[in-house]
Amino acid sequence: MKELHYDVLVIGAGAGGLAAAAEVAKHDATCALVERESHLGGILIQCIHNGFGLEEYKEELTGPEFAERLAVEVRNSAVDVYTDTTVTQLETDTDDGLKIAYCFSAVYGVIRISARAVVLAMGCRERNRGNIRTPGTRPAGVYTAGLAQRLVNIEGYIPGKDVVIVGSGDIGLIMARRMTWVGATVHAVIEIQPYPSGLTRNIVQCLNDFDIPLYLSHVVSRIEGRDRVEKVRVSPLDNGIPDEDNSFDIPCDTLLLSVGLVPENELSKEAGVDINPQTNGALVDSTMMTSVDGVFSCGNVLHVHDLADWVAEEARRTGRYAVQYLRNKRPNRQVRIKAGANVRYINPTMFDPDNPDKLYFRSLIVKNQAKLHLKLDHNPVKEVKMSHIQPSEMLHVNLKPKDVASWNIMKDSVLEVSVE
Amino acid sequence: MASTDRSTARADVAIIGAGLSGSCIARQLSAYELDTVLLEKECDVSLGVSRANSGIVHGGFHHNLKYLKSRLEIRGNLMYDRLQRELDFPFKRCGILVVALNDEEMKYIDHLYTQGLENGAIGIEMCSRERMFELEPKLNSDCVGGLHAPGGGVLEPYRFVFSVVESAKKNGVEVLTKFEVERAERANEHYTIHAADGRTVEARYVVNAAGLYADRVSSIFGAEEFTITPRKGEYYLLDRATQAGPQRVLFPVPTKVSKGMLVIPTVEGTVLIGPTAEEIEDKEDLSTNADQLAQILDQARKMVPKVSQTDVITAFSGLRPASGDGDFYIDISKKAPNFIQVAGIQSPGLTAAPAIGEYVKDLLKKAGCSLSEKSDYDPFISKLPRIRDVSPYEADALVASNPAYGNVVCRCEEISEAEIVEAIKRGHATLDGVKYFTRAGMGRCQGGFCSYKIMKLLMRETGMSYREIQKRGAGTELLQDAL
Repeated sequence: MKELHYDVLVIGAGAGGLAAAAEVAKHDATCALVERESHLGGILIQCIHNGFGLEEYKEELTGPEFAERLAVEVRNSAVDVYTDTTVTQLETDTDDGLKIAYCFSAVYGVIRISARAVVLAMGCRERNRGNIRTPGTRPAGVYTAGLAQRLVNIEGYIPGKDVVIVGSGDIGLIMARRMTWVGATVHAVIEIQPYPSGLTRNIVQCLNDFDIPLYLSHVVSRIEGRDRVEKVRVSPLDNGIPDEDNSFDIPCDTLLLSVGLVPENELSKEAGVDINPQTNGALVDSTMMTSVDGVFSCGNVLHVHDLADWVAEEARRTGRYAVQYLRNKRPNRQVRIKAGANVRYINPTMFDPDNPDKLYFRSLIVKNQAKLHLKLDHNPVKEVKMSHIQPSEMLHVNLKPKDVASWNIMKDSVLEVSVE
Repeated sequence: MASTDRSTARADVAIIGAGLSGSCIARQLSAYELDTVLLEKECDVSLGVSRANSGIVHGGFHHNLKYLKSRLEIRGNLMYDRLQRELDFPFKRCGILVVALNDEEMKYIDHLYTQGLENGAIGIEMCSRERMFELEPKLNSDCVGGLHAPGGGVLEPYRFVFSVVESAKKNGVEVLTKFEVERAERANEHYTIHAADGRTVEARYVVNAAGLYADRVSSIFGAEEFTITPRKGEYYLLDRATQAGPQRVLFPVPTKVSKGMLVIPTVEGTVLIGPTAEEIEDKEDLSTNADQLAQILDQARKMVPKVSQTDVITAFSGLRPASGDGDFYIDISKKAPNFIQVAGIQSPGLTAAPAIGEYVKDLLKKAGCSLSEKSDYDPFISKLPRIRDVSPYEADALVASNPAYGNVVCRCEEISEAEIVEAIKRGHATLDGVKYFTRAGMGRCQGGFCSYKIMKLLMRETGMSYREIQKRGAGTELLQDAL
């Protein structure tokens, strides 16, 4: 068995893993980047639409272009890249505290990589039919939107011609437009919530521009068809329950599901990482370190982001924190952050008063002219106006050293973040 | 395209239906100097009743010995350890608990215990509340006691059938898939069996193991008239990461119609809950229904409160072929000569299947079929390594022998390209066939990441075009066009 040692092991080479690995190398630490697919960039390479890069590179790029920018950084660095290599096991050596990963590769066999620090960047997976428990038959023609995107954009196959899409998540919206462009008819997008779950720009550019109807507060309550999907039953929700009397059928041969993403943390859990039930991602401190010493997490495996740009931003910070950890530079103190009124979660869940950073969070409410409140031990310390908030749009606030300098931080202080 | 000039296969015995019963009968007969042919209407074996059931080797206490199904259950249970050694399928004697939630139910436990003793169920014990929690700490605190049958176990029914069929084939049985029996006639001591596509098979003896369609097949051969009613059972499958998984199969106290809804730790580490029981009419209706599914979570939580709907990764349903009196109908036909009925094989059909094989062999002998043992019968099939079952060092050696073991195709269940290629080579050339043989696509992402990779492997290994890639047979084509 091939045995290797690095300062840092980064698992996953999507936007997060690439950015983290590039940052580690930039700070002169040795780094292995392990990726199960044969290419770098993860799911970005099938996202051939534009809208990427506006924050990271100040220009509009497609997914593959965005991935390529990050991949070039990695290729031009000292990072050792292992593609077609799957990490199946991650553990801590009880003697020396080193992290041990077992990786499967057709070329090298099983590789044992030991590292002083690990950055988890495995991304997320799509929720599927079982997760939303849609009753009916189990015919061919039911795909997650991301699988359909892969089939069309990379493999060059069209899964079906008459399409209904469940869920108005961004991938579903993008696929509504994409399927229309390849000659299919998209009959409807069905959204369980009273508001869209994708970005507003995607509702406009992918549905409205193509006259694709969006049914809010509706569900697909049944799938019909013995061999291939023949129709779906669509039901309006009445107090959260499908209203049978006002249900209607839409004939179709294909059902695409865009019903949310789940951080892919099975490896993290096996490594002993504590999970935040609100995000299904790791609980991390102000340095993006998980409950396992030396194991960091960033990107969509930490919490599902709206934009790959934000994944890259968060991952660069995480790469830097991992290098600081190698050099025993740890925060002197950390303050706990709590999700307050109308906030579903906040990440990370601690901040370092001597080195405050960016916080990402999600609202539980839809509101125009909203306000963000930061309270330290119940005392208001900062207020930010926000023009519009909704659960599907990730929000952020930057904690600045000059803000924090004036705060009266005690040993067990708590910062509460709320919106109204 | 249907062909009319195909050569006719000649056999001593034709078995109709490659489910659990048919496969076990075929393997049993493969030990003798007989030409045996196994006919299956679907594109792969085990796609009917045997595809979707609870996968339980029962503990021998549910039924009275006066029933044939009870006697075959007892015998079948005892045959599984040897079968596992010979046939390399995942099987675990995890044991069974019947959970009583009140004193009334505890009285019924008493009855089950007595029945189990009479049946000779090994190691069966009455359990106090304390003993139940010692065995299964996740039980509902309302549990007052129960029954423990350590001889019960779990397996994957289709995986078992695949192994049995492979063994039968290795010993000379011919398997014809997509062979839907349409009509038959008898002349010169031989039946000629016609398939819908024009193929024919001649056989001296016929075994009707056609599951849900045993009534129709019986009628086609002019044998007894009876009715098989499909009884639907719906299930939820929970992710292996669930906190609700027990160590043993948990049964509620049974009702008159069924054994109730169970919490099953599957042999592959996931958790199955269900089944419901609903008499329906359509033998092809495998749909799930909101009202039925809703019952499953409620019932399962009565035994294990930690069962959570967030752990659900899929729902499915299976059909049991229920016959009139509830017992198995296995006998020599009194109307059609040399025709053996194997009908109404509902629960405990999986447990009984190996014993059904023996029993039918003896019925054939009684019917005049001469049985002489083969000198070269080999009960063993070659073991297929799985990367998730071996240590990193063993895996490294596997990759050295075949690099495709190093390519993890299904991330959730950790299935390598080598395992998928092997499934395809053995004839499981649909997405579901690969899934049932290897488990690729059966995990928490339900094929979201690996489906397209398996489609590409199917094309590469078989030479099929993208338009021919099916989920599970004709009509289930997955891709409609290319760019």
